[in-house]
Amino acid sequence: MIFIRMKLKLYWKLIKSLQTGLLLATGLAGYMSARCPIFNAPQLLAVAASLFLAISGSTILNMWYDRDIDARMLRTCMRPLASGQVSSKEALTLGLILSISGVGWSLAIDPLYGLIVAAGLFLDVIVYTVWLKRKTAWSIIWGGISGGMPILAGRTLAMGGMDWVGVTLALGILFWIPTHIMTFNIRNAADYLVAGIPTFVSRYNIAVTRKIIVICSILAAMMMSVAAVGIGMQVGYLRLLAVLSSGLVILSINSLLKPSEKLNFGLFKYASLYMLSSMILMMLA
Amino acid sequence: MKNLARANRPLLFLMVLLAAYEVTVGGKSSQVLATWAYTVAFGVLVVAGLVLILLGNEVLEKPAVVIISSIIPLALSLGLVVEFLPAWHWPYTIFVLVGFALIVFTRIQSPRRYQIPLLALVHAVAGLVIFLLPIIVVLNGTVPQAWFVLISVGAALIGLAGMLLTLLRSGRQFLSQDVIFSVLPAILLLMTAAFVAGFQVL
Repeated sequence: MIFIRMKLKLYWKLIKSLQTGLLLATGLAGYMSARCPIFNAPQLLAVAASLFLAISGSTILNMWYDRDIDARMLRTCMRPLASGQVSSKEALTLGLILSISGVGWSLAIDPLYGLIVAAGLFLDVIVYTVWLKRKTAWSIIWGGISGGMPILAGRTLAMGGMDWVGVTLALGILFWIPTHIMTFNIRNAADYLVAGIPTFVSRYNIAVTRKIIVICSILAAMMMSVAAVGIGMQVGYLRLLAVLSSGLVILSINSLLKPSEKLNFGLFKYASLYMLSSMILMMLA
Repeated sequence: MKNLARANRPLLFLMVLLAAYEVTVGGKSSQVLATWAYTVAFGVLVVAGLVLILLGNEVLEKPAVVIISSIIPLALSLGLVVEFLPAWHWPYTIFVLVGFALIVFTRIQSPRRYQIPLLALVHAVAGLVIFLLPIIVVLNGTVPQAWFVLISVGAALIGLAGMLLTLLRSGRQFLSQDVIFSVLPAILLLMTAAFVAGFQVL
């Protein structure tokens, strides 16, 4: 029993629960953004479970592939794979099982939905992690596109086909990802340098990175607002979304004008909170 | 005590939730300008609360706090004037815009001689409007529910919060920084709760 509990604890660390949870929330928000009578509880549960499996699986596969660089970085060297608590064969097997079952379940629910989930997994693991992450700082775009797939998948399933709102929501995520990732890159610039991972901070400089963060924050806020109007969000909730979006943009501009480590990390945390709040609003409204 | 005390996080989070709710209902006003004025006031509380939770008490010492904290009473008082004193709608809107512009200008350009008197004047007018107007409209029957005076209670609390922030910035030892940091979240929560409860009767 203790052995199983320990294993589950390690596997939980492998799936990066907060990141998986946030991506899962986007997928559910995409699905729930379509109004009744499309919404139904059994299908919602199936969407949650299939997305959870696919996202967890891809996260474990990423961590399996990046175990060498994780071992070199101070921030990640204690992760289960990098520290040897989970063997690489075990992680690969688990990642493949979760990924295949997640994509398989998604395809069984709906072929187009399954295709988008599979595309997200392929873009994240193969294109972003295996192909581009160690070669170019611009790999972040592919990471962003794959991050937008859960919300597009959820929306597409609920609507019975792809629509402009789903694409706009995915673009919202795509533009939000740089704010999320680049603030983290700035905070851990030394670690990324040691591991030899190219980031905008190392390829260009912090000032350029901060400017990109501002531009992306504005674009993300715009996309979320346009999508919210497209969904038919009630005016009151739209006002709240506008308030939260203003906060994101103001903090990013402030971080550009008066840069500080604390403000940068605050922006990183606010960006996560912003995404979660926006998704809750999409679900409720 | 630059970091936020653990016990104060839930208080601020509750304040953010209450303010977020008020943004969604827009002060229950049917007037467009009043709705947006309330949205701005409570929106500032939402974002400021989140920033305070994420960045800690340190942000309270930033110069921008003076500018941002003046938005709340100005916007709230504007909403109330638009709704209950329609004849004063335009003059008061101009007062709010000019007052705010001058506060920003004096803070950026630093003509220190005018900073404090201007801030005191603008805050006093806005504060009195938020404090007195709800009492007057309840007494003259415009708003029949007496609970609307809770907005006046909120006004008293916003005044208290403003004084604490001023003490913090002045560096005087009347109250220690630790005491101010520890009581401010509770005051902000009570203030927001009073405003939300007051608007609820409309």
